[in-house]
Amino acid sequence: MNTLPAQQRIVITGVGLAAPNADNLSDFRAKVLAGISEIREIELRYMGKAPAGVCTFPETRYRKKKDNKRGTRAGCLGVYAAHEALADAGIDFSEYRRDLTGVYIGLTEHGTVETENEVYNISQYGYNVDYWTHHHNPRTVLNNPAGEITMSLGITGPHYSVGAACAAGNAALIQGAQMLRLGEVELALCGGISESVGSFGIFASFKAQGALASHQDPTKASRPFDLDRDGIVISEGACLYCLETLDRALRRGAKIYGEIVGYAMNSDAMDFVMPHGPRQAECIRLALSRAGLKPEDIDIVNTHATGTRQGDIEECRGLAEIFADCPTTWFNNTKSIIGHAMGAAGVLELAANLPAFTDNMVHPTINVDRLDPECALPNLVLNEARAVDKVETILNNSFGMVGINSVIIVKKYNG
Amino acid sequence: MTRDAISDVIIEIIKDIDEDADTATLASDKPLRDQLDLDSMDFLDIVMELRKRYKLQIPEEDYPQLATLDSCVNYLEPKLRDI
Repeated sequence: MNTLPAQQRIVITGVGLAAPNADNLSDFRAKVLAGISEIREIELRYMGKAPAGVCTFPETRYRKKKDNKRGTRAGCLGVYAAHEALADAGIDFSEYRRDLTGVYIGLTEHGTVETENEVYNISQYGYNVDYWTHHHNPRTVLNNPAGEITMSLGITGPHYSVGAACAAGNAALIQGAQMLRLGEVELALCGGISESVGSFGIFASFKAQGALASHQDPTKASRPFDLDRDGIVISEGACLYCLETLDRALRRGAKIYGEIVGYAMNSDAMDFVMPHGPRQAECIRLALSRAGLKPEDIDIVNTHATGTRQGDIEECRGLAEIFADCPTTWFNNTKSIIGHAMGAAGVLELAANLPAFTDNMVHPTINVDRLDPECALPNLVLNEARAVDKVETILNNSFGMVGINSVIIVKKYNG
Repeated sequence: MTRDAISDVIIEIIKDIDEDADTATLASDKPLRDQLDLDSMDFLDIVMELRKRYKLQIPEEDYPQLATLDSCVNYLEPKLRDI
């Protein structure tokens, strides 16, 4: 992709995020390098206690409390991350037009939290729908978080949500890159958001599948690749990126985090919940070929692995085959530290690794006390961060239910 | 409920919608929406809260009677007499 003209090359120039252990990239990087998880126990309606990733961030830095009350949690997270990303990129709309800015938000689901809350609300009034809120529809339309971002920033370009289960964050990045390439927008604010910790139903469904993690110590509950892993820790969060074309970014002297040099999406076409390793491997190979890269060119593979027994194995099988004989390719997993941030997963996990281009460190996969032999990838960075010679390329996997796969490859921009 | 109690409830509901609302200097005879940052959805919040607290159904054609604090109290006083 670096044979493309500068107007077609896509670079990341700003990052804004809220994660369970940080509310900015710098702190986030420090925490993941140190393997510090702040997963805690929460109490859910009907479900009782469960480990979850909950975000703490300045909720009224960019939006009044009244507007946070009117909108959704996803909107609140998104507005914060959007403003932070633009500030980080140094964009104040003097060089970019608001009507040529697009907002593309990846979500696994939306409306679940609001609907559960509202059904509970009217249950307190004998299920009389006269008590059903007028706020329900604007809160539950799928574009709600993206729309709340446009309202807060006065952005009048297109906005919508991209639904791709747990691959949605990557999918939204891909959408933003494509819209820039088409010239539909000149600036893309894209990423993913999760408010899923507010939904008891999501927890209950994972539990019913035997896929909800539990542990006496909530910070140890998310343990991909460990022999004793028992499922997913659900997290909320948001990570938004400013994407620009390289020529515009250079023209305004933007800081460049990296270049999106390849991406791919495909479908398992197999099962509602069980992932299919071979199709994931096809997706990885497709992304590599589009990027003009070989497996050995990849320095960090950030795995999707959520901590389910079979899911982790499926992914590792494909990775082991593709990355056989790649002595300088390192593997890690961010979900072990921040849980599974659903629509925000892919993009938060990429953000956790992007600073490796400057600090040459691979963050650890924590909570691996006994590595499952079926997940024993060579060069899997476990429990402690690893300093490496160089990091020039990061490959980021995200896979989701009903068999949706996404891969993004980001390269260090060297000028 | 007394007229003062009704007025206090309306102010309380407004503060619940918008805790930054400056209710101390409200002119009771001027439209609430001219003095506060309240839109039509906020207004429906007030109607809903009255319904939840007092099982009070306010028909849509009566909404104009809730325009000012004074008119709210005038409208609600007979309906909340037994509360």
